[in-house]
Amino acid sequence: MAEQPDNVLIETIGLEKHFDSLHVLRGIDQQVKRGEKVVVIGPSGSGKSTFLRCLNRLEEPTGGQILFEGVDITAKHSDINRIRRKMGMVFQQFNLFPHMTVLRNMTLAPVRLKVMSQEQAEEKAMGLLTRIGLKDKATQYPRALSGGQQQRIAILRALNMNPDIMLFDEPTSALDPEMVGEVLDLMRQLVNDGMTMVVVTHEMGFAREVGDRILFMDEGVIVEEAPPAQLFSNPQKERTKRFLEKVL
Amino acid sequence: MGFFEQLARDFQFNIIDGDRYLMLVRGLGTTVLIAMCAAIIGIVLGSVIALMRLSTWRMGKTFYPLRAISSFYVDVIRGTPMVVQLMIMYYVILASSSLSKELIAIISFGLNSAAYTSEIVRGGILAVDKGQTEAGRSLGLSSAQTMMLVVLPQSVRIVIPSLFNEFIMLLKETSVVGFIGLADLTKAGDFIRSRTFSAFFPLMTVAVMYFVIVSLLTRVFGRVERRLRKGDGRTA
Repeated sequence: MAEQPDNVLIETIGLEKHFDSLHVLRGIDQQVKRGEKVVVIGPSGSGKSTFLRCLNRLEEPTGGQILFEGVDITAKHSDINRIRRKMGMVFQQFNLFPHMTVLRNMTLAPVRLKVMSQEQAEEKAMGLLTRIGLKDKATQYPRALSGGQQQRIAILRALNMNPDIMLFDEPTSALDPEMVGEVLDLMRQLVNDGMTMVVVTHEMGFAREVGDRILFMDEGVIVEEAPPAQLFSNPQKERTKRFLEKVL
Repeated sequence: MGFFEQLARDFQFNIIDGDRYLMLVRGLGTTVLIAMCAAIIGIVLGSVIALMRLSTWRMGKTFYPLRAISSFYVDVIRGTPMVVQLMIMYYVILASSSLSKELIAIISFGLNSAAYTSEIVRGGILAVDKGQTEAGRSLGLSSAQTMMLVVLPQSVRIVIPSLFNEFIMLLKETSVVGFIGLADLTKAGDFIRSRTFSAFFPLMTVAVMYFVIVSLLTRVFGRVERRLRKGDGRTA
């Protein structure tokens, strides 16, 4: 096993992904430190979502390695279900379970996986809901909630597992514009709590504000990475400049 | 003798005399019994086959044994007539068994229905958004847990109308059990015809009895479906 400094939470080594003949990730070497907020930007089709989804093997990498807390999670014998408990994920489409109440959405996995007792899970869930002012929604079904509320609850559902890292796959892209703010606010709270986060987003303002490091991806590689102040105001690569001119 | 008088006499002779209606009622009982038991086998086995067809267990690069077995099964059942399957079961496979004809019919129709049901269930599973599976898996649930807790409960609501329809088809299809000498509703009517040498009343009565049962079932099923939709809150 590769040596890894203690403060590195997750590391990819030569990460590759092929979809049949399509070469989507062409060798990504990255380290995310504990507490770090990494924001991935890039044009659609650049592979940024695939990169994120490879981190918890929702997408199976076709080459390279991923080390999470020092463990090679791409190894054949690795227990990915156990590892995923420590990695929360938030999707573009929320993906709340429509046949369950908000509370059950949040307690299902922690209880079933024996991370917590039913009472503990509910107590924690209610605490989280109270914090974002949605305590009264606990017994409602997702369909009764707005998109912004659903996405915030999807974030809480992941948080209720006590993850060590949160992965966000374009969390605001499916939202009506007036609901983007409330989701970003909740993500800012996570930032302040010191959560390790990898965020794929088109929200450049948010990226600049909370990112410790921005990765600009295009055509399956990380073209450029830098702290936001540097990457946004003084990009080094031609491709980065062209992309930023279009989106800023 | 007037037309209606003649009709009444025919009815009396064909249906009432010799308690022939009892034969029809008993036949209906057999029909319903076989259909219901077969439907239960069909749903249980059909779900198993559906899960097999969707399994990702693989030998080597491209061979999925469970998929191969299950799709072969579905192909064979769908590619041969029900009556032939029933007769093979009765005269060949279970020829030396001591099972009752009813049981053999139940097994045959159950195995047949399972193939069709598996396609319905498979469609229902595939109709649940992929994001649901991903959400379940991303939380650390195993694929079996995700299937049982997240996907199947949602597909049940999707497949119920089709399953009801399959049951109605099954009920009518059991009319071929006379081929192995079972006295179901159809056979009862046919038996009366052979005794009275008059075809109209026995066969019409049989048809009406099927029709009434199917209509009743359609109503009940419709009510159940509406209730399910309400519970789910979907607008569709």
